[in-house]
Amino acid sequence: MGYLDGFRVTFKKLFEFPRLTRSYVKNEGGKREKPERLHGRHVLNRYEDGMEKCIGCELCAGVCPARCIYVRGADNPLDNPVSPGERYGFIYEINYLRCIHCDLCVEACPTEAITESKLFEFSFTNRSDAIYTKAELVVGDDGRPKQLPWEDWTDIDAVEANTSAWMRATAPNGAAEFEGIVAWAGELGYGVKPAEQGQSVDAPATPAESEPEPAEEPADDEHAGEHH
Amino acid sequence: MHLFALDPLLVGDFGWAEVGIVVLKAVFVFALLLVAVMLMIWFERKLIADMQHRLGPNRAGPFGLLQTLADGTKLFFKEDLIPDRADRKVFVLAPYLSLVPAFVTFSVIPIGGGFNGEKQGTFELFGKETYMQLADPPIGVLLVLAMSSIAVYGVMLAGWSSGSKYPLLGAVRASAQMVSYEAALGLSVVAVVLLAGSLSTHDIVLHQSGGGYGLFGDFGLPRWNIIATGIVPFVIFLIAGTAEANRPPFDLVEAEQELVGGFNTEYASIRFAFFYMAEFMNTVTLSAIIVTLFLGGPAGPTIVGPAWLWGVVWFFLKLMVFLFTFVWFRATLPRFRYDQLMNLGWKVLIPLSLGWLLLLAAIRIGDDRDWEPWIVVAASFGVLVLGWVAITAALRVGQARHAEEEAFDEGVVV
Repeated sequence: MGYLDGFRVTFKKLFEFPRLTRSYVKNEGGKREKPERLHGRHVLNRYEDGMEKCIGCELCAGVCPARCIYVRGADNPLDNPVSPGERYGFIYEINYLRCIHCDLCVEACPTEAITESKLFEFSFTNRSDAIYTKAELVVGDDGRPKQLPWEDWTDIDAVEANTSAWMRATAPNGAAEFEGIVAWAGELGYGVKPAEQGQSVDAPATPAESEPEPAEEPADDEHAGEHH
Repeated sequence: MHLFALDPLLVGDFGWAEVGIVVLKAVFVFALLLVAVMLMIWFERKLIADMQHRLGPNRAGPFGLLQTLADGTKLFFKEDLIPDRADRKVFVLAPYLSLVPAFVTFSVIPIGGGFNGEKQGTFELFGKETYMQLADPPIGVLLVLAMSSIAVYGVMLAGWSSGSKYPLLGAVRASAQMVSYEAALGLSVVAVVLLAGSLSTHDIVLHQSGGGYGLFGDFGLPRWNIIATGIVPFVIFLIAGTAEANRPPFDLVEAEQELVGGFNTEYASIRFAFFYMAEFMNTVTLSAIIVTLFLGGPAGPTIVGPAWLWGVVWFFLKLMVFLFTFVWFRATLPRFRYDQLMNLGWKVLIPLSLGWLLLLAAIRIGDDRDWEPWIVVAASFGVLVLGWVAITAALRVGQARHAEEEAFDEGVVV
């Protein structure tokens, strides 16, 4: 009975546990490991000596397709410089009502000052909360991002190692010969991040970085691919 | 004839006590239906989530039971929007035209009462014998059909008065679809009415109660119309009713993927909530009608305790079967294409229900006149098959001509 096969499939699904969709609660199998390159909220990094990396060049603001970044540079005060160079980011604001987390600002930044953390669970309730300024974006003295009251950090332990990391596909210009070569400066609290493996065929596989597969149903299920 | 001739409550003296009981029953049915709709929306969302391997609503209240309440409250406080190009009066009226028939239909459904022995489907309320249904007009089934016709206006006027394209398309689809399937729906109901010999829903249930069919006397098959009419009218009613209530797979009226929201695209706030409620209320009401017409309504064995309570239990058990079935339909079947919908309605369901009605009528007349039953059945079947062949042939000729004309229009030589 070709017409009625579908009814059998949907009825069978009633008794299949666990469901493919899971409750969004930590420790109940809901929250999964974050992908290594997840685009979360931004952080402004600092060098290992505590200096800010941002030089106020405004390239991030220029490249931003959503026009959500507002930067103003200023000359470093001679007696107490904020960044190692001539200028520093005097004002730095990101409007998260507009940000699309495309990471173009990260690509544009010449000093790896702005990167995206793996934190994405921040639901603010008014407009002024949505605009993150330097006070919120610059990492703390331990190199970790600053937690704001409305940010959910329940799985910070799992993502912390990647939270302020400088992540790029393979190498600064995407060429395979840069695989395994460190091309970035160290950062406060983490030091120099190890080089990335890249995606060449003969490169050794990255250990234990991939997202764990969800529990699959029995292999004999011919409809395994259709419940989405 | 009295409109309420049969309910023992309304026979004889009619005082304030009787009025009070009727009002009480009306309030009860109203509240029952509202709660039922709330639970139905939750049930549908939860069950379809299970069938699609999801979790469904689980935030508001235990198991997400209060989700509908939360949604309703939200809708209630949203901006009451009327588009500039809308026909304001009709636009405001349409949701009520959708909602009220759904309520009215439920008032003729017997939801309980002992149908075994002498009780005849009554129960005692404050010392007065009465039916466990709000009203039992002698035209009960006609009222159901009339209300389903009025519901078309709600959908149609909503789409028309919105002054916008997609709602209009939805409304056009709605009127065509609901008018088409009403014929099949009516014809399958006539089969039941023919058997019961009455249009009153109470009489129809009464006719289906009592001892069983077949070889085993009281323990045989129940005397339900689904068996007595030979299952075909039931299947037709189920399909046509699904189409009439605009439920998947016949939900072309509000096909999200094609028409945004269909007839209710321009509606917001509490008016949208009315449409949403009417939709699910129709599902509950439709299931209740099917149970009443074909599955004996509250009729069933009394095991222990008061008979009227068992009537309620049987009614809701049967109701649940159909509520489940409708959600199951939705989870399983993809939406019909418009021409498929029309083909199914006009070329399959209407001829089939008409033919089956003739068969049942022939058997009935043969019974009255003591004709040999086997000859009657054989002859009727012969006529039906002949009719079917004739229709199929006619359709094939029509299609061939149509194809020829199209080929001619396109300049192709056949």
